[in-house]
Amino acid sequence: MNIAVAIDQIPQEALPSASEAGPAPKRIVVAFGFWIFLLSDIVMFAALFASYAVLVRSTAGGPTGAQLFNQTTVAIETACLLFSSYTCGLMSLAVNSRRYLRTYLGALITFALGAIFLGLEIREFLSMIAIGAAPQRSAFLSAFFTLVGCHGLHVALGLIWLTVMMVQVAVFGFAARVQHRLLCFSLFWHALDIVWVGVLTVVYLMGVSS
Amino acid sequence: MTEVRHERAPGDRPSREMNESAPSEFLVYTIGLVVAVLLTATSFWTANTTLLWSGGVVLGLAVLAIAQMGIHLVFFLHISSGPESTNNVLALAFGALIVFVVIAGTMWIVADMNTNMMMPSGAPMSMRMQH
Repeated sequence: MNIAVAIDQIPQEALPSASEAGPAPKRIVVAFGFWIFLLSDIVMFAALFASYAVLVRSTAGGPTGAQLFNQTTVAIETACLLFSSYTCGLMSLAVNSRRYLRTYLGALITFALGAIFLGLEIREFLSMIAIGAAPQRSAFLSAFFTLVGCHGLHVALGLIWLTVMMVQVAVFGFAARVQHRLLCFSLFWHALDIVWVGVLTVVYLMGVSS
Repeated sequence: MTEVRHERAPGDRPSREMNESAPSEFLVYTIGLVVAVLLTATSFWTANTTLLWSGGVVLGLAVLAIAQMGIHLVFFLHISSGPESTNNVLALAFGALIVFVVIAGTMWIVADMNTNMMMPSGAPMSMRMQH
């Protein structure tokens, strides 16, 4: 059936519009507010991306991205973050159906994959600093460490948040407020993966291909 | 007045009771994962291959990245074009506009300043970019 026809056939009296129905449920208000925060966070990342794109060639005679980046490490990091986003989604399904074991299992795998990502990133940073490619070496490296480090900081905060949420699930069970926070966490984690797609493409893949 | 039409929270799927024909949520996440893996693998291949014209690689990578962000939004964050998702989509569109203005505007302005910067005519172009 044509969707326009289908919409016309919904009895409008039976479904009052949102403005007539009074305030939205708290879950929707909370998640929408967090959605706005995430978008502002992504705008901040856009500023970091812009400064990186401007400074990427300002290597001051120092190492370039093509000399520094190890694609194998980056591929493993990408896989970790993508699969942790998937397990985070499965965890939110378990939360919605109030299953404790699946929630804990999903959170555990999400946390482990996020921790592997963070460990690989810290190891990459340390190996770069060890060969003299520290943030103070060139404007390119300053922009690189700011952008990728800011994403890594978000991942670290996400891991702390996930741990706190699992403690809350253990203490309070699936109370409404705990479910709202878990919804916000899954939004945050998926948004981090979207930012990582940008980092992977702009920093690493464009860095090694040019 | 038991049934009320509200906006949907970002990240929420329509409930199965309201729409029996909707695919299972597990399937939605799995399709999203498979497509995202395929797009990521294509991105890595594009960056490393010598088969493609090197001038087009950057554009191709950008297209693949934007496609994958769209996949994440639809399959992981459940952003839809439905009427109950209007507020989320409007906020997202505004965010995308600001992101575009910040990135494109910065690159445009700074590239313009680089070309207009007064330098001794003997200095090579690379001198301006290296510091």
